[in-house]
Amino acid sequence: MIEINDLTKIYHTAHQDIVALDKVSLSIKRGEIFGIIGLSGAGKSTLIRCINMLEKPSQGSIIVDGQDITALNKNQLYLARQKIGMIFQQFNLLSSRNIFDNIMFPLEIARMPAKQARNRVNELLEMVGLVDKARVYPDQLSGGQKQRVGIARALANDPKLLLSDEATSALDPQTTRSILKLLKDINSQLNLTILLITHDMNVIKQVCDRVAVINDSHIEEVGDVLSIFTNPGTPTSQSFINNIINKGDPGEYAHNVINKHEDKHHCLIRVSFIGSSAGEPVISSMIKKFDVDANILYGNIDRVKEVPFGNLILELIGTEASVTQSMAYLMTNGLEIEVLK
Amino acid sequence: MIGHIGAFMANTFWLENSWMVEKVAIATWETLYMVVISTALSYVFGLPLGVILVTTADGHVLESRGLNRVLGVIINAARSIPFIIFLILVIPFTRLVVGTSIGTVASMVPLTLAAIPFVARLVETSLKEIEWGLIEAALSMGANAWQVVSKVLIPEALPSIILGVAITTINLVGYSAMAGIVGGGGLGTLAYYYGYQRYENLIMWVTVIVLIIFVQIIQTLGDKMVANTINKRR
Repeated sequence: MIEINDLTKIYHTAHQDIVALDKVSLSIKRGEIFGIIGLSGAGKSTLIRCINMLEKPSQGSIIVDGQDITALNKNQLYLARQKIGMIFQQFNLLSSRNIFDNIMFPLEIARMPAKQARNRVNELLEMVGLVDKARVYPDQLSGGQKQRVGIARALANDPKLLLSDEATSALDPQTTRSILKLLKDINSQLNLTILLITHDMNVIKQVCDRVAVINDSHIEEVGDVLSIFTNPGTPTSQSFINNIINKGDPGEYAHNVINKHEDKHHCLIRVSFIGSSAGEPVISSMIKKFDVDANILYGNIDRVKEVPFGNLILELIGTEASVTQSMAYLMTNGLEIEVLK
Repeated sequence: MIGHIGAFMANTFWLENSWMVEKVAIATWETLYMVVISTALSYVFGLPLGVILVTTADGHVLESRGLNRVLGVIINAARSIPFIIFLILVIPFTRLVVGTSIGTVASMVPLTLAAIPFVARLVETSLKEIEWGLIEAALSMGANAWQVVSKVLIPEALPSIILGVAITTINLVGYSAMAGIVGGGGLGTLAYYYGYQRYENLIMWVTVIVLIIFVQIIQTLGDKMVANTINKRR
């Protein structure tokens, strides 16, 4: 759906050139929800704006649905943009128009006949659940409602692609969930490709199929969300994940362990698990099989796209042989083990 | 008895000064007419100029550095000439357009010309208040420059533009009095001939009071219109 090749954007200022994007290449498939995560200033905002040419790339090409968007003339670009919806962090609704007319706006731009346009607006109001707000002005709506209007407006001209520029960053967690759910529903109902940028790993976790991590004007890592979550390849990805998944601080627990069982061998380990093994009673069968005690000091289970994953910090107590055998048993059952102490 | 004397005195006052009432009424009408038409004409030219000033700025929808600079310099130059001098400078042009440089219609030429650059700057300020995000949203939908101006910039800035109209009108009331001194008609001429040259203090004070009422009404109207637009949106 989108092929980005060697995209470079340099801002020229009076004193220096600032490289906002440095040879970025990405490939986004039709119908997927693709997330780009990065800190502010990483270049994600520039990247999403290059895709509809709100920012003009300095170099590189962007193919959207077979069309090189960087090579279009003005009128072709106007038409291409009508087929790329965009939603914004600050919603950007017109305060001079009521909700109905706000959704009508892109249809006016596309010069759709008025009667047809009014029918389309009514459909969209129904889709986002705001039929009763048609005659109300944006100032009277909550943030979540405003974003629903933004979504309806972005979908008015039946786009093939929806760009989401931090669309939930100004919303509370509950509203964020409902907006993300709406995006997910739209994605599956309309087979609409969604490209979103965010600084919040929760957003990636809740809706994205694949994710790219952008840092310092580069794409550092691309992959499906589950594999980045369970096996982050770069410190940037790791720190985004740590923000939302608490892995437990081994130092806190190690302190309790030392010298408590002088007569027995003991070992502090972190067990990480993904997918099916999370559902099986591996730990309890280990305890029965090898005559060890397992003391659970910390535990966390999360889900990405219905796949459970998580980690435990365990203290294993037993003979040296039984502890070693226990760890081997856990590994053969598909768990990852890290010896902490 | 006292009431009778009062009525008699008021009556005498009326008889003695009825010429004045008539003069003031005519002059007020002339001023109103001059100011309203000059304001309207100055917006016919000033509004597009303000739009051009904003949209030709760097990074805007009609970016054109050269045009923007040239226009800026011309507007600043026009605005730096004091009105009383401007009034005299444009006399040849006024004669060309109206055929005379004296009277109400002739005054509208310098009034309009002086107000155009002022209006352009006021409109520019109003339009610059619009958040870039709104323009970006319109562009993302495929809007062209004209659609951005007509569907986003002007409707969104309307309350601020209306306040600008009130400010312009009030300014032109003041300017029209100055034009009155060189035979422009209206309250200015009246105050100058009768008040200043003939020492008719009363007529001067009446003129001043009429002008005060004028300004109050214009500002109140402007505020009311803005309040109505904004309340509708809340």
